[in-house]
Amino acid sequence: MDGLTRRISEAVHGQPQATVTVLSSLLAVEDELGYIPKEAVEEVAALTHSTINDVWAVASFYPNFRFEPPCEHTVEICWGTSCHLVGAMPLIEAILDAAGMEGEGDTDDRRLTLRFNTCLGACAQAPVISIDHQLHGRLSAEAAREKVSALLSAPDSSGGR
Amino acid sequence: MAISFQDMQTEAQGRWQALTAGEQPWIRVGTALCGKAAGCDPVLDALKDSLQRNGIAANVSQVGCLGLCFAEPLIDVQFPGGPRIFYGNVTPETVDEIVASHLVLGTPVAHLALGYLADGDGASVSPGLDPGIPDLNLHPMRAQEHRIALRNAGNIDPGDIYQYIANGGYRGLDNALTELSPSDTLDHVNASGLRGRGGAAFPTATKWRFLAGSDAPVKYILCNCEEGDPGAFNDKAILESDPQTLIEGITLCGYATGSHYGYIFIRHGHDGPIERTQEAVRQAEELGLLGDDILGSGFSFHLEVALTGDSYVAGEESALMEAIEGKRAMPRFRPPFPAQVGLFGKPTNINNVKTLAYIPEIVARGGEWFAGIGHDKSTGTAILCLTGSLKYTGMVEVPLGINLKDVLYDVAGGVPDGKSLKLVQSGGPLGGVLGADNVDVLLDFDILRAAGAILGSGGLIVADEDACAVDLTRALIAFCQYESCGKCFPCRMGMSHLLEVLERICRLEGSVEDLPLMRSIGENMQAGSLCGHGQLGFNPVASALRYFGHEFDTHIVDRSCPTGRCLRPSFSPMSSRR
Ligand SMILES: Cc1cc2nc3c(=O)[nH]c(=O)nc-3n(C[C@H](O)[C@H](O)[C@H](O)COP(=O)(O)O)c2cc1C
Ligand code: FES
Repeated sequence: MDGLTRRISEAVHGQPQATVTVLSSLLAVEDELGYIPKEAVEEVAALTHSTINDVWAVASFYPNFRFEPPCEHTVEICWGTSCHLVGAMPLIEAILDAAGMEGEGDTDDRRLTLRFNTCLGACAQAPVISIDHQLHGRLSAEAAREKVSALLSAPDSSGGR
Repeated sequence: MAISFQDMQTEAQGRWQALTAGEQPWIRVGTALCGKAAGCDPVLDALKDSLQRNGIAANVSQVGCLGLCFAEPLIDVQFPGGPRIFYGNVTPETVDEIVASHLVLGTPVAHLALGYLADGDGASVSPGLDPGIPDLNLHPMRAQEHRIALRNAGNIDPGDIYQYIANGGYRGLDNALTELSPSDTLDHVNASGLRGRGGAAFPTATKWRFLAGSDAPVKYILCNCEEGDPGAFNDKAILESDPQTLIEGITLCGYATGSHYGYIFIRHGHDGPIERTQEAVRQAEELGLLGDDILGSGFSFHLEVALTGDSYVAGEESALMEAIEGKRAMPRFRPPFPAQVGLFGKPTNINNVKTLAYIPEIVARGGEWFAGIGHDKSTGTAILCLTGSLKYTGMVEVPLGINLKDVLYDVAGGVPDGKSLKLVQSGGPLGGVLGADNVDVLLDFDILRAAGAILGSGGLIVADEDACAVDLTRALIAFCQYESCGKCFPCRMGMSHLLEVLERICRLEGSVEDLPLMRSIGENMQAGSLCGHGQLGFNPVASALRYFGHEFDTHIVDRSCPTGRCLRPSFSPMSSRR
């Protein structure tokens, strides 16, 4: 077994809860790898006695799943109602500008994955973004730009995810 | 069964006594999502570091959300037998000052203190307390509160079941299992008049009776914490702050309806709420408060945490069952209803987190007690999330029947920076908006519905004069369009069409025919959609037209956006994804 296959297998077979489904297995893989490789779809299908098609149907429905490795850092920007009303848009513009991007996606140098989120759950601290799963609230556009620029210019620390 | 409930209570009280009146000071740090976003993690690190450097031995606990989110990071210091002194907007720098003065010298830092709380445990105000430190219960955000479901939030460590038990936890369940029959338990819920807090305000006891009436051997209780409404975080806050109250509530629901299996359904990605709930389930199992033969009663209840991917419609009850089964979160046709054919084909009851979090106190204190709080057919409290342009953002639990105007202007302190309030968006994206002239209305499920807004999950999002009603409507429909699951076309295409029209109006390219066009799309969505997402999806437009019709006219006829908001770049994921 190569490294990837082993990690997939351990994630899928090591689920602690009693109810194991296609969705729960995909979420376990995403937690482990940050994405759903083709091999995982096959493994989940085998485990849950589903077809590859069934698994793809579920994986493609939920937009949190991605099918390529994420970049070194992931930034999520909330565009939910509370954030929208207190300045999510200037934040989005500043971050897109700092990353040299026009929308969601990965930077060419694979430093940054940018995603939009409908609500990060800290609406009282709007506007909110998350950087590598850490929430940051009450952010000005300038502060957001600085944080993202810092991620892009810091020395590579991925260690090969 | 290893230990009796009485022994657990004794153990819990001993531990609580040791914490609040023992040898060491107790420091509680708010680490719910609101605290995290405000930077509690570096504060916590700095606190531990500072305590060590100063050689102070203290108990440090991570608690949930006290509701004063605007003041996060929030920490409080309690010396044995004394009041809790709260510090708001703490930074790693001010932590040092707090430790050096309050913990080392015993002198609270008045200029950093938000207030004190002397309630509970008979703790009295220390005579030397600086008069500059106010009673936190007089703070506008707390003065009108009546805490039932949130009674422990921010006060106890959610990761320690004994703290819940020491504060009256599980006495409702113990009482039900020893003194009450399942139907007596259901009678309490019936007498309470409790209505569902997930959106539809359906009478909870009626729903439970459907399930209790089925003699199927396997029945399920599902607790809905999908909570996809932007601006609502109270369900997650309960999971993060006091997960045991929810677990006790679900177990009581299982007892009352003769069900032995339950799921708590949470959206993946919210690590704090998920981990605290999983740990709480584990601790309840360990003490025999979940599992087989609970407290020696012969009643068994098994509870599991199930996660979903990102999907708003997964919060809809039938789509939720599909998601727990591991499929796409798309709604089912009804009938059959969940109480007949639900999760894995078995009879099922679905309730919101808040609904179930009230149950322990309802059973412990009696249904009539709960029915005595609130207004008319809206009994009990409202758990509100106050966000947007407000002085005090956060979460409060206030009696239903309170005037919305008082909530906005008193409790939440009104709009900051001398600006005026323009509108309130309530009930999530499928809810509605109310104009500033219409907020003089009682928070009551039926009154609010008549006014064209719904209380829904309790999110109240305030926009000030700088907001454009048309732009906000566009943003709400952008959400609804993005989240349409795609199963039925009236919703899938209706939302896209609505968004297209609204984007056109925002570009100042709309025409007078656009308003009747939107109305006709809305009618078709309402009549032809399979679930509430499409059926209610026109609500934000309908209520905006009702209260801000003139603003649509300005955009369409005068081709101008008075606030200028629509002239600036806007965002909709339709153009960026899918
Ligand atoms: C699109 C859609 C999303 C919903 N999302 C939620 C949710 O996140 N949480 C919730 O409790 N109810 C949600 N509901 C309402 C549920 O279908 C259901 O009515 C509720 O969970 C029942 O609980 P209650 O009786 O305690 O209110 C949603 C409904 C629709 C139509
Ligand atoms: S709306 Fe942005 S965090 Fe909830």
